[in-house]
Amino acid sequence: MNSAPGNILELKACGINFGGLTAVSALEVAIGRRDLLGMIGPNGAGKTTVFNMITGVYQPTKGSVLFDGRNIVGLKPYQIAGLGIGRTFQNIRLFPSLTVYENIQVSLVKTLRHGFSHSTLQLPRFHEEERAVRASIVELLEIFNLTHVMNERATSLPYGDQRRTEIVRALATKPQLLLLDEPAAGMNATEKVELMRLIRLVKERFDIAILLIEHDMKVVMGICERIIVLDYGIKIAEGPPEAIRNNLSVIEAYLGEQAA
Amino acid sequence: MGVHATKVVLLAAIAISFIVSLFQSQINPYFLQIIIYIGINIILATSLNLINGYAGQFSLGHAGFMALGGYTGAVVSTTLGATPGGSSAVIILPLALVLGGIVAALAGLLVGIPSLRLRGDYLAITTLGFGEIIRVVIQNLDFLGGARGFTGIPKLTNFFWVFSVVSITVFVISNLVNSSYGKGFLAVRDDEIAAQAMGINTTKYKVVAFVTGAFFAGVAGGLYAHFVSYINPQQFSFIRSIEIVVMVIVGGMGNTPGVIIAAALLTILPEALRPIAEYRMVIYSLSLVIIMITRPQGLFGRELSLRSLLGRLRKQAMPV
Amino acid sequence: MSELLQQIINGISLGSIYALIALGYTMVYGVLRFINFPHGDAFMVGAFVGYYAAPRIVPLVGGSLLIAGPITLLLSMLVCSALGVTIEKLAYRPLRPRPKLTILITAIGISLFLEFGGQLVFGPDPKSFPTLLPSAVIINTPNLVLRSTPVIVIATTVGLMLLLRFIVMKTKLGTAMRAVSYNQSAASLMGINIDTVISFTFVLGSSLAAAAGILYGSLYPSINPLMGVFPGLKAFISAVLGGIGNIPGAAIGGFIIGLIETFVTGYLSPTYRDAIAFGILILILLFKPSGILGRAESEKV
Repeated sequence: MNSAPGNILELKACGINFGGLTAVSALEVAIGRRDLLGMIGPNGAGKTTVFNMITGVYQPTKGSVLFDGRNIVGLKPYQIAGLGIGRTFQNIRLFPSLTVYENIQVSLVKTLRHGFSHSTLQLPRFHEEERAVRASIVELLEIFNLTHVMNERATSLPYGDQRRTEIVRALATKPQLLLLDEPAAGMNATEKVELMRLIRLVKERFDIAILLIEHDMKVVMGICERIIVLDYGIKIAEGPPEAIRNNLSVIEAYLGEQAA
Repeated sequence: MGVHATKVVLLAAIAISFIVSLFQSQINPYFLQIIIYIGINIILATSLNLINGYAGQFSLGHAGFMALGGYTGAVVSTTLGATPGGSSAVIILPLALVLGGIVAALAGLLVGIPSLRLRGDYLAITTLGFGEIIRVVIQNLDFLGGARGFTGIPKLTNFFWVFSVVSITVFVISNLVNSSYGKGFLAVRDDEIAAQAMGINTTKYKVVAFVTGAFFAGVAGGLYAHFVSYINPQQFSFIRSIEIVVMVIVGGMGNTPGVIIAAALLTILPEALRPIAEYRMVIYSLSLVIIMITRPQGLFGRELSLRSLLGRLRKQAMPV
Repeated sequence: MSELLQQIINGISLGSIYALIALGYTMVYGVLRFINFPHGDAFMVGAFVGYYAAPRIVPLVGGSLLIAGPITLLLSMLVCSALGVTIEKLAYRPLRPRPKLTILITAIGISLFLEFGGQLVFGPDPKSFPTLLPSAVIINTPNLVLRSTPVIVIATTVGLMLLLRFIVMKTKLGTAMRAVSYNQSAASLMGINIDTVISFTFVLGSSLAAAAGILYGSLYPSINPLMGVFPGLKAFISAVLGGIGNIPGAAIGGFIIGLIETFVTGYLSPTYRDAIAFGILILILLFKPSGILGRAESEKV
């Protein structure tokens, strides 16, 4: 399989059926190592399905998913997360009984070098590693201004903070590619501006690629360098924001949704 | 807490167990029996709490693991010919307990495998089924005494062994769930899909929970066998599993101190209720339903810990 | 050959009992998505209603079993329906929005409450079930003895299943039940009263369990308060084997489990009787969790 060295992720002729129903077909996507790519489309266009194919929640029935040049189809979701793909969920999925701190701690489990025996017997290296974990959580929380709520139960936070925590939790897995599923959903105008600042900060500070599903055009057009448009599981357009804004088939897809 | 604080607590607990056991003959045998049962139930309940409470895998088969540990231990000590009070007991009992734990852990591995595909109700009934299968198989094994039971197990269990194992169990399980590694159990319980997306191998965690929990249940079974000296398959029916589940639920799933208190209370309670013994299981079952409807987090809530209790006291003491 | 025939008849009559109980598990699972553990105990209560009622009803109707049988059956079905609906209203309804685990533990608690409460009320010792079904010998050859009891049990079961099929497929409430089982929120949007449908499901399930209790008592005339535990578990396994949530599947599963169990008891060893069903359960769950007729469900991410 050949893959351009500059791309972190490539979907090649990717498709998936659910019981005879085609959800996504012949999808081609390429994401460069520092890209901030947007994915838009009407409801039910298959955007979240694409995320689930990339992260191994669903297995594509056709085509391949290349991450860093390696086909990751068939790997389990935790293995894919281990390789360096982090994600958030459309309907926030923080661990409800854990604090903000602990939610992020879960992401660092995969970086631990000492597991069961060290933890149960508290061997010397255990304490060393726990200190390192703590330091990196605190550092992340400071960057994203969440230190003051670190010991609050994550699901008790205001909505915007929960979205932010989920992004931080995904970042803590040290991804090379971050998938954000409608991060602006349910946010007010101020929060959206703050979110855009945050996404830019993530990209610059952590030097990673981001694939963003978003309904809010202001957010997508405001931060993405390139946008992919899906409709009925098919890519109908791809290009920079201005080109997408004036693309006839995109306008039609969205008008169709409004007319229905 | 300091870096080695938990280890100090563990060693102190074992030392105290040893000192108390020196005076064991002075203790009223009836009280001693209750105290030993409290210890065994604490081991059973805290180990089940790892599976049910922390990892969120509802298991109804703990009595089966206990049976395996009990029978294995009995075979080991009778084969090696240990005698109570003999110096060989110091080696043979730990060996019997550990081997019993290992056999139970292997069964836990076997039970853990279906847990990878099942959840909730299905898992509960499958583990119940596993427990019953273990019981029925033992019933059909002549060399274990079959339905008549296994007699002549040396009475090697004493206060020291029981409470040393209690201390080790609590130490191991608390360390596990409080560590970063252990947060994986809680993540699996809360949301498997999110846990996987954060790189947690949910399969491995579930199996580890089952294997560890089963190991300690097996050790508890061994302690039990070497205390009562006669065991039969009926003692390990699913009613026994349910009694352990009740301890975990009353104490609060995922709350080790609460579960320890509940295990002690629910061991003493039937003794206190002896005059109305026939109502015991009715009271148990009714309280299970009432707790679930009114206080599903258990009697003590999820926050019970020494630290939070102290914190609460301090807050109350402060002027507003 | 004739021994085989005898075993088949025994297996089908035992399977009838499992099938009737399994229908209740599967229907409740269909609308509420959880295992109604106390269902096996409703079967026990049904048998005890028969135990207490039959000796009083039989003399009232001049000793005619033909009249007393159906009346006892109906009475038992009524009592168990009331029990089922009460449990649902008092315990399950308030818990419906809570985590599944809470409901599961509650269900186990109620089940134990009925079992040990039954020991207090009815006494823990086995009772001998009164004769309600005529047990005339129909066929008597040197190799095969066929009595009327299993024939009546099988016929009653088939009759009840046809009635259930009619109710589920042709009546308004039955249609509503299928709708709720298919998609609860959509059904609710279409104006279906979910609570009524759930209560109705408990009425149907519990009456079938009651009928199973009466038939079981007639087949194996020794009953006790814990008699529901194993038939309940095996009936549940039947429902899983047939595909949980699937009504014809539960009936088929019940007959299969009844037959297998009878064969294991007859040809292998009776001590493995109770373990074999669990073995089957584990195999199905590992290799075909959706059962014979069920469809797989997947979680939305």
